[in-house]
Amino acid sequence: MNKFIVSPSPHAYTGESVPKLMYGVIIALLPALAVSVWFFGIGMIVVSSVSIASCILFEYLIQRYVMKVQPTHLDGSALLTGLLLAFCLPANIPFWMVMIGALAAVGIGKMTFGGLGNNIFNPALVGRVFLFISFPVAMTAWPEVGQWMQYTDAVTGATPLGLMKEGLAFKTVGEIMPEVPSFFHLLTGKMMGSAGEVSALALLLGMLYMMYRKIISWHIPVSILGTVLIFTGILWLANPDRFADPLFHLLTGGLMLGAIFMATDYVTSPMTGKGMIIYGVGIGVVTVLIRIFGAFPEGVQFAILIFNGFTPLINKFVKPTRFGKEVSRG
Amino acid sequence: MSLKTFSRGGVHPPEHKLSSGLTIEELPPPDVVVIPVSQHLGAPAKVLVKRGDQVLIGQLIAQSDGFVSTNIHSSVSGKVLKVDQFMDSSGYRKLAVQIEVEGDRWMEDIDRTDDLVKNTVLQTADIRKKILEAGIVGLGGATFPSHVKLMVPKGKTAEYLIINGVECEPYLTADHALMMERTDEVFAGILVLMKGLGVDKAIVGIENNKPDAIAKMKQVVQGSNVLVQGLKVKYPQGGEKQLVQALLKREVPSGGLPIDVGVVVFNVGTAFAAYEAVNKNRPLIDRVVTVTGKSVEKPSNFLVRIGTPVSYLVEKAGGVPGNTAKVINGGPMMGKAISTLDIPVVKGSSGILLIGENEARRKETQTCIRCTKCVTVCPMGMEPYLLMTLSEKSLFERMESEKVMDCIECGSCSYTCPSSRPLLDYIRLGKSEVGKIIRARKAV
Amino acid sequence: MSQIIIYTIITLVAIGSAAAIILYFVAQKFKVYEDPRIDEVEESLPAANCGGCGFPGCRNFAETLVKSDSWEDLFCPVGGNETMARAASILGREAIEQAPRVAVVRCNGTPEFRPRVNQYDGSPTCAIAHSLYAGEGGCPHGCLGLADCVVVCAFDAIHMDPKTDLPVVVDDKCTACGACVEACPRDIIELRKKNKKDRKIFVSCINEEKGAPAKKNCSVACIGCSKCFNVCPYEAITMENNKAFIDSDKCKLCRKCVVVCPTNAILEINFPLRKEKIETAEAEASE
Repeated sequence: MNKFIVSPSPHAYTGESVPKLMYGVIIALLPALAVSVWFFGIGMIVVSSVSIASCILFEYLIQRYVMKVQPTHLDGSALLTGLLLAFCLPANIPFWMVMIGALAAVGIGKMTFGGLGNNIFNPALVGRVFLFISFPVAMTAWPEVGQWMQYTDAVTGATPLGLMKEGLAFKTVGEIMPEVPSFFHLLTGKMMGSAGEVSALALLLGMLYMMYRKIISWHIPVSILGTVLIFTGILWLANPDRFADPLFHLLTGGLMLGAIFMATDYVTSPMTGKGMIIYGVGIGVVTVLIRIFGAFPEGVQFAILIFNGFTPLINKFVKPTRFGKEVSRG
Repeated sequence: MSLKTFSRGGVHPPEHKLSSGLTIEELPPPDVVVIPVSQHLGAPAKVLVKRGDQVLIGQLIAQSDGFVSTNIHSSVSGKVLKVDQFMDSSGYRKLAVQIEVEGDRWMEDIDRTDDLVKNTVLQTADIRKKILEAGIVGLGGATFPSHVKLMVPKGKTAEYLIINGVECEPYLTADHALMMERTDEVFAGILVLMKGLGVDKAIVGIENNKPDAIAKMKQVVQGSNVLVQGLKVKYPQGGEKQLVQALLKREVPSGGLPIDVGVVVFNVGTAFAAYEAVNKNRPLIDRVVTVTGKSVEKPSNFLVRIGTPVSYLVEKAGGVPGNTAKVINGGPMMGKAISTLDIPVVKGSSGILLIGENEARRKETQTCIRCTKCVTVCPMGMEPYLLMTLSEKSLFERMESEKVMDCIECGSCSYTCPSSRPLLDYIRLGKSEVGKIIRARKAV
Repeated sequence: MSQIIIYTIITLVAIGSAAAIILYFVAQKFKVYEDPRIDEVEESLPAANCGGCGFPGCRNFAETLVKSDSWEDLFCPVGGNETMARAASILGREAIEQAPRVAVVRCNGTPEFRPRVNQYDGSPTCAIAHSLYAGEGGCPHGCLGLADCVVVCAFDAIHMDPKTDLPVVVDDKCTACGACVEACPRDIIELRKKNKKDRKIFVSCINEEKGAPAKKNCSVACIGCSKCFNVCPYEAITMENNKAFIDSDKCKLCRKCVVVCPTNAILEINFPLRKEKIETAEAEASE
């Protein structure tokens, strides 16, 4: 007779696992990756492979030799961090900068807090912001689309948001709009910008996939995009000469990438639906504030990092709705 | 048409109802039965027999000892071999009566015919007394003495009787089989319970994966005050509080009972037992038990005597499959893993599930990635990830303020966790520690 | 250039002095009087903050020592009599001496004596396994081997022996703080009087079942036969709930009970080998 196994209930499991979830997100990123490679060619291939390889390598090295724990570099989370980091860098950035960004992302963003599950800030965004303040020139020289074989020598230009920001100093929105790509191009991604953020359509496709797989819920993306839509809509209605229309704001910059893939990072977002909506609305508001009234043309990465910091507070005070009201008992 | 279900949380484990649609097979009594005196919540019953006594089927062998306690009857006729400590499903030894089966002699006053007795002659108070005398407990698994539930506390009124035919646990089909084959008896039992409770409205909740049972029950209740309601399949709909909410949109308050919102819930099996007790004068001496598992040769719904060894049941279902690594008393979500088959079937046994080697082991625990799945699925609106951390750090006072005692231990959190964290293990530990704290405070 | 340096220094000094003055007044204003002896007594304590005295930390214990009139039930098991005497001399009072104690694991259910009849696959803590079922060995009172006692020990004085699956106490490191006693859900660990050369005689079983089922699970279980009870010349042994218990305060280490125990449930530790045992061992060796 076999020795039976005894354990507390339940005795059934979904079969989900952390790697499965991580690879699910990566699958959702593939359309955007494909579009990016189509537009930025070899640059994107180099940047993303260097970024992924260095994130995995640094995760392994840090876990093995600094933290002295069993390395979990293949659970998909380092791969995801690397891919997301590549997505928010210009495709012509030198590869050694990518490696520094990867070190910052994994080392500072993730491992200093104790590894997966304990970090406060989204590692990929930590890497991006680290590079942004260390190499501002390289980080804001966006390659023009369609240069397949050029990497660091690609011809560069400004993003639509950059054009808008600079243009508004002495022109009206109506005068700038002809200079930015058409809405069709904004939607498909034929514009300048960070490598993975350009195609709103591909990113939305990824969002639908993740919602179908129940990897993410609707709360965060919808509340961020909705807030941006409403906030910029009000401003646009108030003064269409000074403020660009909401569609322009939705489709440009890193908003889609941020709202769908960065802000929804499990570890750094709130635990309850209500909390997620507060978090999403906050990110939306801060993004618009930075874009329109701040010094930078784009603000979504800062907004997400700021609200990453608020997440523990939101978790503490925003609780799920309990079953059954409390009754006082003798 | 959107079907009713409970509003918060829930999961959809694969159903695996292998024994669905199979007729109930009555098993002959084994050679020896072991009848524990504590098969219910509350005080163990007081033993009335001693070694060497001859007992009849249906004879009282242990008497209710306290308000929350109930009677125990002999399920066989024969000689008492021993009154001693016997192993229960946890491996702890508890007092039980061991009886060697001799012949088939019944207590005279039991109506053993198959005739359907529709009329209940007894009045409300007598029904309650009869339920206690017959040793009836909640057969859904909680084994709470039924007569206690029928006594509505002062200041509360019962408005509805809810009959739980949900059977949301995967694999189990005992209640389903009962509704299909003893439909009239179950309906008569519902009327008995309504009378015993003094209510004129009853609702039977059945999950939509049993359309045949819904149709059959709907047919028999026609023209009565009993409503049969199909429910969308979602675990843990069979939880009392969830079922009340699904059917009536009333939320049982935290720390309260269904009676706080005017409802009393009984299982289908309990309704059947109530019918037999009140209309046929037959105490609770047997029950339907599902024996199932993917490798089990002949998954079955058996009608077995209380006290029958589990090994006997498994033998009748084709024996223990070679790959069996885990045996569960109950369903896979809330059932209890047992370490040996040498334990008796008790009033609360709803099924025996044999799980193969490939599904028996837990996966390695990984760190929490805060994916929010446990919070999303918790039917009580709690935060399992937080409770587990608090329990691990022994912060039981904080667990109490997070109202850990509301947890119904449905296991949805552990089921859904992608990091395979043993959330419920630690929450349960916390619950028992918080329970100790609360009791200590009351004692002062 | 030098001007900048001078201004910087002046500014810093000004800010520093202002802050210092504010801090001084605030400190004066919000000062809480504390008996200075509390600090002194606290310094004399081992600073392990283990909770062995029953207080949450050494500071709380020091406060209680200073404030309470009677020192009955107040004892620091980690520091022992020495520490208590030091604390007493600071406060100018008498310490109550207590015999040093040591934790003893009263279960001998190794896989050899108590075969494992099932496999536990739940969370690896004794508390959870205990609330679930009787355990891998089937003994409802025996050690579960999941090391809750090891986790709570602040002195690294208890560890699991992988061969026996039982915890082993390192006598020299054990301070008798009682953390393991608290942690064990089965109350297997007991604090017993420390004897010379760490000698110990104890019933290494707390099973309360009757003889037959107890023996069925574990060959070295105490079956409650009372033989030791009858042979003990010092009335150190009591029989209760089908098990024998040797009171370490009364036991004179005569070892008579060890010999009569039919199941070898009574262990003698750190004693020299007995003559007859040496003889049999030699006889075996010569064969």
